[in-house]
Amino acid sequence: MHFAVIVFPGSNCDHDAYHVFRHILDVPVDFVWHRETDLKKYDAILIPGGFSYGDYLRTGAIARFSPVMESIIKEANAGKPVFGICNGFQILIESGLLPGALIVNQDVRFLSQNVSIEVDSTNSIYTRSLKKGRRLTMPIAHKQGNFIADEDTLNMLQDEDRIAFRYYKGRNGNPNGSKKRIAGILNKKRNVLGMMPHPERAAESILGSDDGIDIFKSIIGVT
Amino acid sequence: MKAKIYISYKEGILDPQGKTVSHALDAIGIKKINSVRMGKYIEMEFNGISKDKASEITDESCRKLLANPNTETYTFEIVEK
Repeated sequence: MHFAVIVFPGSNCDHDAYHVFRHILDVPVDFVWHRETDLKKYDAILIPGGFSYGDYLRTGAIARFSPVMESIIKEANAGKPVFGICNGFQILIESGLLPGALIVNQDVRFLSQNVSIEVDSTNSIYTRSLKKGRRLTMPIAHKQGNFIADEDTLNMLQDEDRIAFRYYKGRNGNPNGSKKRIAGILNKKRNVLGMMPHPERAAESILGSDDGIDIFKSIIGVT
Repeated sequence: MKAKIYISYKEGILDPQGKTVSHALDAIGIKKINSVRMGKYIEMEFNGISKDKASEITDESCRKLLANPNTETYTFEIVEK
């Protein structure tokens, strides 16, 4: 599987993602600058975290109109895996590939901390080798990660088993205040995943947790 | 000619910043405020086009980029400077 890691002006988790593919999993990966318009040769696309365009206007709002987005939307609609992490999730929402919105955290603070998330849907390429209910530890680092959507959309996500990850229910569980404790969601076809927590930054034990690597292993189909 | 654009959260969308500012106003003794909603104010300038054209361009800008239709609403006025 050949991966593309998209790089926008202001991306800052692109190297972390590249490192996971290239050095931990030893699979082919390229950085792809946001002005590129042809993604045909790649089997999967990762939109990394960061502050694309300085988060000006709204998070992800300007990146959504980068030249590369048209091809990402085309490949996503054709069924290719597209994985957005943090700012990548915000861009996927702005581009309409995922529903809802990510607004400022409930206590209006930038949160940089480890969180526990639980695997909810295992029906996706990203979560197929994880157990439902398994708890994973990884960092969040965002100010706009508070997932909201109207009641109908929230019910649809639930009914269609499209909530991939939820924040842990217990004390300090849902730090940004997301509806239904949503930490990550899938599109209807289940090939697009957006999540606020950073599995690429919890992919080796030296980083304090290697729980995140299992999501990447799931994508490439190794255990 | 100038467009004055006001973008605010839709009714029913939680506005954590507005809520925090509301609490802060209360804390410094300014009372009788029911709620505070925060939004954005944007100005755009035009040269040599009609008011209708300016209005059309402003509306398209709001729809396509400036406001998020999921969470925000917008209003604008076109004024001569």
